Amino acid sequence: MPKHRYLPLTEQDRSEMLRTIGIDSVEALFADIPESIRFRGELPVSSRLDEYSLTRHMAGLADRNADSDRYASFLGAGIYDHYIPSVIQHVVSRSEFYTAYTPYQPEISQGELQAIFEFQSFICELTGLKVANASMYDGATALAEAGSLAAAATKRKQLIVARTVHPEAREVLAAYARGLGLDIVEIGWHDGVIDHQALASAVSADTAAVLIQHPNFFGSLEDIQAIGELVHGHGGLLVVSSNPLSLGLLEAPGKLGADIVVGDAQPLGIAPSFGGPTCGFFAVSEANMRRIPGRIVGQTTDRNGKRGFVLTLQAREQHIRREKAASNICSNQALLALAASVYLSVMGKQGMADVAELNLQKSHYAKSCLTSIPGVDLVFQAATFNEFVIRLPEEVDPRLLQRNLLEKGFIGGYDLGPSYPELPNHVLIAVTEKRSKADIDQFAKVMEEWICGA
Amino acid sequence: MRSMRENDSEEKLIFERSRPGRIGYSLPPCDVPATPKENLIPAYMLRKEGLAFPEVYEVDVIRHYTALSRRNFGVDNGFYPLGSCTMKYNPKVNEDVARYPGFAKIHPYQPEESVQGALELMYTLQQDLAGITGMDAITLQPAAGAHGEWTGLMMIRAYHESRGEQRTKVIVPDSSHGTNPASASVAGFQAVTIPSTAKGMVDLDALRAAVGEDTAALMLTNPNTLGLFEEHIVEIADIVHQAGGLLYYDGANSNAILGITRPGDMGFDVVHLNLHKTMSTPHGGGGPGAGPVGVKQRLIPFLPEPLVVKNDQGHYAIIGSRTENHGSEGTGSPVSTHSIGRVKAFYGNFGILVRAYAYIRSFGSDGLRQVSEDAVLNANYMMKRLAPHYNMPYPEQRCKHEFVMSGSSLVPYGVRTLDVAKRLLDFGYHPPTIYFPLNVEECIMIEPTETESKETLDSFVDVMIAIAKEAKATPELLHNAPYTTPVTRLDETGAARKPVLNCTCG
Repeated sequence: MPKHRYLPLTEQDRSEMLRTIGIDSVEALFADIPESIRFRGELPVSSRLDEYSLTRHMAGLADRNADSDRYASFLGAGIYDHYIPSVIQHVVSRSEFYTAYTPYQPEISQGELQAIFEFQSFICELTGLKVANASMYDGATALAEAGSLAAAATKRKQLIVARTVHPEAREVLAAYARGLGLDIVEIGWHDGVIDHQALASAVSADTAAVLIQHPNFFGSLEDIQAIGELVHGHGGLLVVSSNPLSLGLLEAPGKLGADIVVGDAQPLGIAPSFGGPTCGFFAVSEANMRRIPGRIVGQTTDRNGKRGFVLTLQAREQHIRREKAASNICSNQALLALAASVYLSVMGKQGMADVAELNLQKSHYAKSCLTSIPGVDLVFQAATFNEFVIRLPEEVDPRLLQRNLLEKGFIGGYDLGPSYPELPNHVLIAVTEKRSKADIDQFAKVMEEWICGA
Repeated sequence: MRSMRENDSEEKLIFERSRPGRIGYSLPPCDVPATPKENLIPAYMLRKEGLAFPEVYEVDVIRHYTALSRRNFGVDNGFYPLGSCTMKYNPKVNEDVARYPGFAKIHPYQPEESVQGALELMYTLQQDLAGITGMDAITLQPAAGAHGEWTGLMMIRAYHESRGEQRTKVIVPDSSHGTNPASASVAGFQAVTIPSTAKGMVDLDALRAAVGEDTAALMLTNPNTLGLFEEHIVEIADIVHQAGGLLYYDGANSNAILGITRPGDMGFDVVHLNLHKTMSTPHGGGGPGAGPVGVKQRLIPFLPEPLVVKNDQGHYAIIGSRTENHGSEGTGSPVSTHSIGRVKAFYGNFGILVRAYAYIRSFGSDGLRQVSEDAVLNANYMMKRLAPHYNMPYPEQRCKHEFVMSGSSLVPYGVRTLDVAKRLLDFGYHPPTIYFPLNVEECIMIEPTETESKETLDSFVDVMIAIAKEAKATPELLHNAPYTTPVTRLDETGAARKPVLNCTCG
């Protein structure tokens, strides 16, 4: 047997242990597995590498990807290229955090529990709602769970979702709805925001919830208050999926009438990582506290009256309720909730306002630069945060443009055509605080050269 | 937890460290012409009041979270025999490679040709996991075990529906993980619980009585949550298949079987693996994990979108992404018209997949089998040493990677399993899983994993024996444990009765 740096048992250990057990070979430990299903021989898996060769192999794979250290990105559509303060990596690399599991034993897990309590506090303040959980898998599954909660809370089966919600989030919502036997109605858009007239005629006493995104997938801001009044008038709930970084500038959706606010905390100091892992967040009004999915941490006291934290309201959860649980979720994204908390701690009150303002200003500068290119139009007049939609001239293939940009050191915007057939040659551009004026000017120049040449 | 004792005082919340006027950030300058925000966004959409966030400087933040970390216990702090969770060592090199910019700083919608390394990694991991489980295809999409269960059950549902069958029931043993019946409900099934035998196995008669035309699937963990291998698995598979149902393998306990036996060969149709258990990716204080799902040929059409494929030119492509933005051949087409759709945004928890792939490559075939052999040897050794001191509900059976015992012999002394667990904290150990599975009273579930040495196992066993003696001689010593942790036992009832869930909104 080859020795391995993660495996401590020596041949002498093994023989002593076998003797204690009273058997003469390890094979005897598996005697209860029928021979017909024993696996003999080599597993068909990749070959073993020593540590140095592993790092070279992995570096080789990594080098074949165009990363945002080497390319200036104007791509968003749900995953954003924000600056990640150095402190975050240092905190989440503390192995007391990352090598622990769910804090089932609170006396030796106060660090994680308090960190989650603080995360919940940050999310409540951002969203303007009273109860937040310890995190969800991502923004898309958080939206799906919000639909599920709304259906359970209203005892209704219809979910109305705006087509201005992220297409992948709508697909995840549809998959969950199929499982739960819920109906989905999609509402189109007008000038980049949900079509209010179509929504008004669709909402009824059967509607469990209206689900919108704000800023929406096109980057536009929805009128939360008006939509909230409409759905509440019919006894349904309003679910808002939001970019948490935008909430440094925008009013908290909970203060405008949202009953459930969800989203993805990726913009808050979490690396893009090809789309995951990120961290969903989930906040509800007090009325729905006992229906919220996932872990929740509460404050309490120990036997000496000292403040401490515990997992609480567990009667909602799968390990207690089994098939009657509010959700099947068990593990969550705790380490990334910690990353988001560290981000929000260093940013603080002023930093959140400043970073949101930078995104607003830089994206609007880019908007004016790009729409000055002959043949490129601004599509929607609705107010935007850090993303906006442009229309390219008909003869320009967005895919070829994207490739050309890549050759010039840019990761271009998101081609809306495949997910919105009614928007061919439309591109969604994201501009974060990382983009300098020089980046934006150069990006516009490269685009203009390509478009004029096309 | 003696080191935690130094840290005895209450730890302030980060919000309580705030001092108006301090900052902890440094942002790029606004080098573009600025427009007043009121001219860009309607006033009623703008935040009226500043966020009630802490105003702290960078040193505050580092000291705060460092202090919190010192009030936490991970695998790197000590032995963590939390049954069913496979708290093995999390290799450091895997953390390093996952942070390479080429993995951590890439966007899911970049052109396909600009992420070929990432796609090759995903494709190879799909192949490796198929080989390990004996399945025909793998989706890397699910974010966690429970998410994998739901994904698998949705595929099972779609499979039956495609054959014009309305099968509404999913059978689970009473020893199953709580997520099994919960996932069945979320997938629209009714969960049916069947009892285990006195030997801790699936009751074949109860199973025969439970299956029928409405059986969609049986969900099984094997070795089961008692740590025992279901010897009659082939017969179980036959019973379910003959009734027209499918077999779902909950891979939570896969650490016992790598290279020894494969769910695909046992007769399972759908499998999930918890990469954060078997494949060593860190548990992160509760996540992120990853729960890839493997299927047999007949379920391939139902896989969620998207999938990574390799074409004849050796180019890797993402298929089945209707929202694709990759600009190359092979895109835009659905995996299949029968696909259950999308279960998560983007491509699963990619950063976790990188770590799992690095783990597999650190072992290879022989190494993976050694992992399971050592995990099982460690568990059997501990069980043997503890048997004279605690009740073993299944003494006749060899356990696999974990075993359950009962604290019931201490109950006459007024000591419960919870007290034993709390006393272990004073000796610097994370306690085992307690009160699960539900069918063993005063249950203590121990999973040592293969990364623990014989000395560690011996020390832990010695402490467990000492605690059993304490329980009989001085039960009140256990009732008040722990003594050495930053807080003593916490009022959980009070926490649930009057919930205080944040410090910002009251």
